[in-house]
Amino acid sequence: MNLKEIIPQKLKEKFQNIEFEISDYRDELTIKFDQKYNVEICKYLKSEPELEFILCADITAVDWATRKKRFTIVYNLFSLKNNFRLRLKADAAEAENSSGETKWSIDSVTSVWQAANWQEREAYDMYGIHFNNHPDLRRMYMPEEFEYHPLRKDFPLMGIPGSLPLPKK
Amino acid sequence: MGLESQLKEHGFFTTTVDAVVAWSRKNSVWPMPMGISCCAIEMMAVGDPRYDIARFGSEVMRFTPRQCDLMIVAGTVTYKMSHVVRKIYDQMPEPKWVIAMGACTSSGGMYRSYSVVQGIDQFLPVDVYVAGCPPRPDNLLHALIMIQEKIGKTKAADFKNVKMPELNVTQNN
Repeated sequence: MNLKEIIPQKLKEKFQNIEFEISDYRDELTIKFDQKYNVEICKYLKSEPELEFILCADITAVDWATRKKRFTIVYNLFSLKNNFRLRLKADAAEAENSSGETKWSIDSVTSVWQAANWQEREAYDMYGIHFNNHPDLRRMYMPEEFEYHPLRKDFPLMGIPGSLPLPKK
Repeated sequence: MGLESQLKEHGFFTTTVDAVVAWSRKNSVWPMPMGISCCAIEMMAVGDPRYDIARFGSEVMRFTPRQCDLMIVAGTVTYKMSHVVRKIYDQMPEPKWVIAMGACTSSGGMYRSYSVVQGIDQFLPVDVYVAGCPPRPDNLLHALIMIQEKIGKTKAADFKNVKMPELNVTQNN
């Protein structure tokens, strides 16, 4: 039995109350689930002796612009033991605060992989998704006083004039 | 140079201070290699024996701005980096010149994007722009020759009352 069958089966056995959406497209296994459970699932995938997804290769996000659940967080994991890549997806939680601004958030997986620290900072910088319980959620690339999130679909390609200061001539 | 024949015959020659100062200044331009991205590789090639910037008296690439009089900005300057470039430029003693090397530095190049400054002349006084992506080492040498021509036309009095800008630099040591 290969890992593409083992992983979904193991997850379904371990988390019987969670719904998994499993797709196998172009020989790549993707598993989607509710954002509430991301830390548990990641912890299990890392610690399960048969799987050992000890390398968190990348954490990024997708902006669907007009969709109701606007942001999807994507985790790319790698198991060195099995030489197998796995993609996890979860939609970020949406919440509106008192002043009518929408805030997107998801729990941080820095407690599982240390490497997630900077990758989540990058996703925060580029998409403005808040990672709960992150130890140091600051911008990664853009200056700290910058107010926007450049990879969002509503951000213009050439930026917003005056938002990034230049030195005096 | 023709100096030798003159000196052999008479043992002296007459000139002006301006000419001597400009002549010595233009033949010992010390560059500040501001290598930010891929153009820096071509800038390094300029120092190698094949192109040999030493032929023009500019082989002393100083990595401290205090000892330089030509800044070669080689690479894509982002908004975040622009403050660093400007600070280093401000630390160079007068008189000083700037070469904008490559398409990115001169105009933003192929990076038509929110994060890249669309030409460093928005915050620096540029003397020579070098086209190319990246420019060949010969192009940079040509730019240096153009800078030398420009320096050769200056007079010592041009730089009489130039003051160092007041810097707000905190020391970290």
